[in-house]
Amino acid sequence: MTMKQLLSATALAALPAGALFAQDLPPCENCADSITAVSWGGAYQTSQIKAYAEPYTALTGTTFTWDESSNEAVAKLRAQSEAGNITWDLVDVEGPDSQRLCDEGLAMEVDHDEILAAGDDGSAPTDDFSDSVINDCFIPQIVFSTTFGYRTDVSAWNGNEPDNLCALFDLETFPGKRSLEKRPKKNIEWALLCDGVAKDELYDVLSTPEGLERALAKLDTIKSETIWWSAGAETPQRLADGEVVMGSTYNGRLFSLIVEQNQPVKMLWDWQVFDFDGWVIPADLPEDRLNRVLHFLHFATDTQRLADQAKYISYGPARASSQPLVSTHADLGIEMAPHMPTNPENQKNYLVNNIEWWADNQDDVEARFQAWLAQ
Amino acid sequence: MSDATSTGPMLAADGTPLKRSLNRALRAQKLRALMLIAPLLVFILVTFIAPITDMLFRSVENQIVSDTLPRTTRALEGWDHNSGELPSEDVFAALTYDLVAAAERKDHTRLGTRLNYETTGMSSIFRKTGRRIDDFGETYMDQFAEATPDLAAPETWVTVMADPGWRADYAAWEAARAAARETGRDFDRPPPLFRLKNGVADILPEAADVYAEFARIAQVENGDNPAEEEPWAPVYLALYRDLMHVGPGAIERLDDASRATLAPAHDAVAGFQSERLADLYLDADKGWGEPAIWSTIQAFSSNYTPGYFLASVDLRQTADGVAMQDEDRRIYIMLFERTLFMSLAIMGACILLGYPIAFLLANLPLRTSNVLLILVLLPFWTSLLVRTSSWKVLLQQQGVINDVLVWIGLVDNANRLVMINNQFGTIVAMTHILLPFMILPLYSVMKTIPPTYVRAAKSLGASNWTAFWRVYFPQSVPGIGAGCILVFILAIGYYITPELVGGTTGTFISNRIAYHISSSLNWGLAAALGSILLAVVLLLYWIYDRIVGIDNVSLG
Repeated sequence: MTMKQLLSATALAALPAGALFAQDLPPCENCADSITAVSWGGAYQTSQIKAYAEPYTALTGTTFTWDESSNEAVAKLRAQSEAGNITWDLVDVEGPDSQRLCDEGLAMEVDHDEILAAGDDGSAPTDDFSDSVINDCFIPQIVFSTTFGYRTDVSAWNGNEPDNLCALFDLETFPGKRSLEKRPKKNIEWALLCDGVAKDELYDVLSTPEGLERALAKLDTIKSETIWWSAGAETPQRLADGEVVMGSTYNGRLFSLIVEQNQPVKMLWDWQVFDFDGWVIPADLPEDRLNRVLHFLHFATDTQRLADQAKYISYGPARASSQPLVSTHADLGIEMAPHMPTNPENQKNYLVNNIEWWADNQDDVEARFQAWLAQ
Repeated sequence: MSDATSTGPMLAADGTPLKRSLNRALRAQKLRALMLIAPLLVFILVTFIAPITDMLFRSVENQIVSDTLPRTTRALEGWDHNSGELPSEDVFAALTYDLVAAAERKDHTRLGTRLNYETTGMSSIFRKTGRRIDDFGETYMDQFAEATPDLAAPETWVTVMADPGWRADYAAWEAARAAARETGRDFDRPPPLFRLKNGVADILPEAADVYAEFARIAQVENGDNPAEEEPWAPVYLALYRDLMHVGPGAIERLDDASRATLAPAHDAVAGFQSERLADLYLDADKGWGEPAIWSTIQAFSSNYTPGYFLASVDLRQTADGVAMQDEDRRIYIMLFERTLFMSLAIMGACILLGYPIAFLLANLPLRTSNVLLILVLLPFWTSLLVRTSSWKVLLQQQGVINDVLVWIGLVDNANRLVMINNQFGTIVAMTHILLPFMILPLYSVMKTIPPTYVRAAKSLGASNWTAFWRVYFPQSVPGIGAGCILVFILAIGYYITPELVGGTTGTFISNRIAYHISSSLNWGLAAALGSILLAVVLLLYWIYDRIVGIDNVSLG
């Protein structure tokens, strides 16, 4: 599905939720009776437990062990594979990490049409998931975006409020500390966009030797005013403390800050960067564990389950057929659709990382960026 | 003893020589002692010595290059990196065979990442080429298919290449598997691994080599029968190169079935349209045109490399020896210096703050000093993360300290002090966290200094200061030594506190090690940095021993 389709699907708004349980869950033959799943912890993992794991346990009695190691999933899976002892059954990773695991043969390649359920509207899984199937190992769950939050009560701004991303680099109108991720991805794209590069030419410019230096030079202008984050929770914390006046983080984190905690913070959707998050299965699992995981995945990625997840967190389901089923927040009762990154209002300007470019150049850019940071 | 020497060895009560029976008793004792410490010994070996050895090994290990590109590294031996010319077609052919196998096994991206540590751009070159490598040799595949349609059939290749013995074994294995399936039994015997026919490697060296690799990968990685799989395009490239080299006499030496296929092929290849491999590579990525890429492969083809250690000190290995790292990538020396400097600063701050407290603890009446000791220990029992996070609350610009300073008017609201996410923040937080490690050894040493000495000095006319400095302080030095070693060694390897409050200027070398372990996955470099850190600590410990003497260190 293109972003256009995705957003039009969202615009269809919420239909009543379907049956809570898939009554026709087929029996699982030669299956282990537990799953060790790896995720990110926090509200996101809770949404997975509520939407997928608890219903599945109720139906099959399978027990789940959760490991909050997604942050270091690539390193740990590689270590497990070298030691010849894979202890994980299912790992939740971001798109680029899945690419890396797939490239190195650490994740299992799957046939999406064979192992996943068709959409509620009868569409084949690969059509339903469409663009979010970024490689043969990746089983998508959600679309999330990285975007900016800013405080609404900064006196030094004289009543001005940022209305576009480039306010980030405007220290005169919007003085104060910024909070940015301690990684090059997204930051260098934003820097170039605000340095006058058109969206279509972004990766052509970055492919030239001068491109990266140009981006770093732009970031140099705010380097002294930037506090870097490595965990998604840091920016919301700093915004709440008033330690920074604006900063990037995942849209779901800002949603909790603004809607659930009522902080004087607003969201800047301009040039939000879309990413996918999903499951990968470690390569070479024993047969009974693999059977159990496949059985679970078939259930956990169906149309209704993905739509259910959006009740607990403001990330968009990766299936087009799930979009119309997105309903209200489980506790607050508010409509979730306007808070989704895929909402048309929110994505007038948006960016999708060029996964192939990043796979090819990640090592170089990362090394240069880290050296730039330390200098 | 004169009695013993005159009548032979002294005997024990049971008649055995005393020496032997004593030895036996002692040996039993030693054995028992060994058994008692065995759990600890094994534990230390498994959890401490083995990982450190493994780390040291990883910092020099470099088998990935010669394992992934065995043919290329051999072919490159004859290439002169100073000639400024690209390697010959033979090298390109060898690389094609290596890469197609590596891409099939999914090893090429890892190799690219490995070589990218040495020369930027290598990772993207290997990835891009890996996506196309399947097509290299496709021209020959098509031309062979036209000239000798037999060669398009997988079965023909098995006829030409496979050992008849292997074919029989394989057929037997397939039959056994079919029988097991029919009766519903489990069957997990692996199939016999592909074997080449005798002599075929002499006549068709490259084709036999690549085909064998193909057949084994088809079996092991994909669980396929080679007789049913179409060979990779580079296999046809290898056959073309072989047939161009061998005379008709060599083909004559083959068995009948092979000759029937290969004789017409041999006649046809002379008329084939050929294609320069170098052009294919340059088309996939123009980086292959740079001799630096090739000399990197050449320089890192040995199984062990000093490369990681060189990189740890901002040097790099080139084909012409050791050179400085590019200016924009030099950071490690600076980080090592910063780590040492900040650890020393933290140690100094701990002495300054800890000494008076320990002195009070040791000299106040017991009831007061007990309360004080609890105050010292209380933070010690609090989680490290909680203490670090509370320093954030205190030190940040909208934090408690800044608020107070603004409120009393010492600091202007617009210019609040920056006390966190820099070196200052790290030093403050770590000093607080490591302070008990200074106070406790100091306290236990001071507790043993008899107060009578100071009193005696005073009664002999010493001033308060002289009595402290000449009599009390020298006796407390062993405590300072113990505290310094503890604090310094803990500080130099600290990771979580600098990560949380250090920003970019207050981080330690250990933060880079963690980054290379979990994010960049450059485990070799992480191991080298860790080894250097270990060596520095041991060296400083040795120097300390020479100057202060480790016997003068006392924990009480």
